[in-house]
Amino acid sequence: MAATQEEIVAGLAEIVNEIAGIPTEDVQLDKSFTDDLDVDSLSMVEVVVAAEERFDVKIPDDDVKNLKTVGDATEYILKHQS
Amino acid sequence: MSKIKPSKGAPYARILGVGGYRPTRVVPNEVILEKIDSSDEWIRSRSGIETRHWANDEETVAAMSVEASGKAIADAGISAEQIGAVIVSTVTHFKQTPAVATEIADKLGTAKAAAFDISAGCAGFGYGLTLAKGMIVEGSAEYVLVIGVERLSDLTDLEDRATAFLFGDGAGAVVVGPSKEPAIGPTVWGSEGDKSETIKQTVPWTDYRSGEVERFPAITQEGQAVFRWAVFEMAKVAKEALDAAGLDPADLDVFIPHQANERIIDSMVKTLKLPESVTVARDVRTTGNTSAASIPLAMERLLATGEAKSGDTALVIGFGAGLVYAATVVTLP
Ligand SMILES: CC(C)(COP(=O)(O)OP(=O)(O)OC[C@H]1O[C@@H](n2cnc3c(N)ncnc32)[C@H](O)[C@@H]1OP(=O)(O)O)[C@@H](O)C(=O)NCCC(=O)NCCS
Repeated sequence: MAATQEEIVAGLAEIVNEIAGIPTEDVQLDKSFTDDLDVDSLSMVEVVVAAEERFDVKIPDDDVKNLKTVGDATEYILKHQS
Repeated sequence: MSKIKPSKGAPYARILGVGGYRPTRVVPNEVILEKIDSSDEWIRSRSGIETRHWANDEETVAAMSVEASGKAIADAGISAEQIGAVIVSTVTHFKQTPAVATEIADKLGTAKAAAFDISAGCAGFGYGLTLAKGMIVEGSAEYVLVIGVERLSDLTDLEDRATAFLFGDGAGAVVVGPSKEPAIGPTVWGSEGDKSETIKQTVPWTDYRSGEVERFPAITQEGQAVFRWAVFEMAKVAKEALDAAGLDPADLDVFIPHQANERIIDSMVKTLKLPESVTVARDVRTTGNTSAASIPLAMERLLATGEAKSGDTALVIGFGAGLVYAATVVTLP
């Protein structure tokens, strides 16, 4: 079953917490991964790999750089999850 | 049909000795910054690298190999004449023929040991070790010298931000010989040639010779794609090698992954859920990425500093241009 927006944000929060050690409550739709959440370009790759597994989506390298905020990633996953 | 007498090998093989050679010149990040727009902080945070060694004119692929091998042979407690084969993994010996292994075998004073080079990028050590194990168990050599050696500084474009800070030079060698107990596990290895574009030499030598390109060839990579492959696929391969050896992460004493980038190492440690008790090689910090040489160099350092000891169980995994990979579990010499 496809995940809802809320579930995706909660899932991303857990992933970001695991990878960058940021408290889950800080992971909000308007937050930028690099500027607000201490996720650099390489941690972002790890976030993407974890999100792909968790939400059953494919996020190619070329699309990763467009995912600036938690909202961008959430929208992408909502649209592409199978 | 005549009956052919088969060769007689040892029941198992093990690493008996290890040696390393690091070039005398230590190159800090400041030197790298002369040619690229970057910072010490960026390089450290993205790769863990603080310094690397670059070879001088005398520190050739053969010379560094002879130094490292001499130490490995002494560590193994054998003499050079006992070595039946010399396998050299390198991508930076700039003379296509003859194989540099023959010169090394001669300089070491082996008794006409079989000698050849292999090309398996950063997986070269695991490929060489697997060949050596097979030769010893099959009986075509009693002792085999496996050398990983690179002068990557010769194949680095110092103006390329994606690679200038990454590579270093050096040689690492191990002596592999007979064993009564299994001490080198099954190898999990393979290639993914569909990803050959992600790490490669910019252009073939012939394009440079013909003047088609003016810039000397260098190694180039798609950093993010390589990083993704390494953290995602290589953690799985490492796990498969553990499973193939019948071990759990908790059975390990040491983890020696190819020293490509400390961030890849960190990620693998996490994904593999290695317990705190496992010593992790982080030689990349002061050696950079030395491709085929990185695993034996890191192994030698861990043993020299006492962070690892003889008899410890170590998971080793190499991966790189090809893309190729090889992982196995070994007992440390
Ligand atoms: C090389 C590597 C460290 C680069 O990191 P990266 O995060 O992929 O770098 P990117 O090219 O995506 O760039 C990310 C940001 O850093 C900047 N950047 C790139 N190279 C830089 C450098 N040398 N110094 C400073 N900043 C740099 C980019 O401009 C970009 O900034 P922006 O987001 O403001 O545009 C990384 O990809 C890597 O190590 N990959 C694995 C390589 C490897 O191990 N290869 C050998 C395997 S055997």
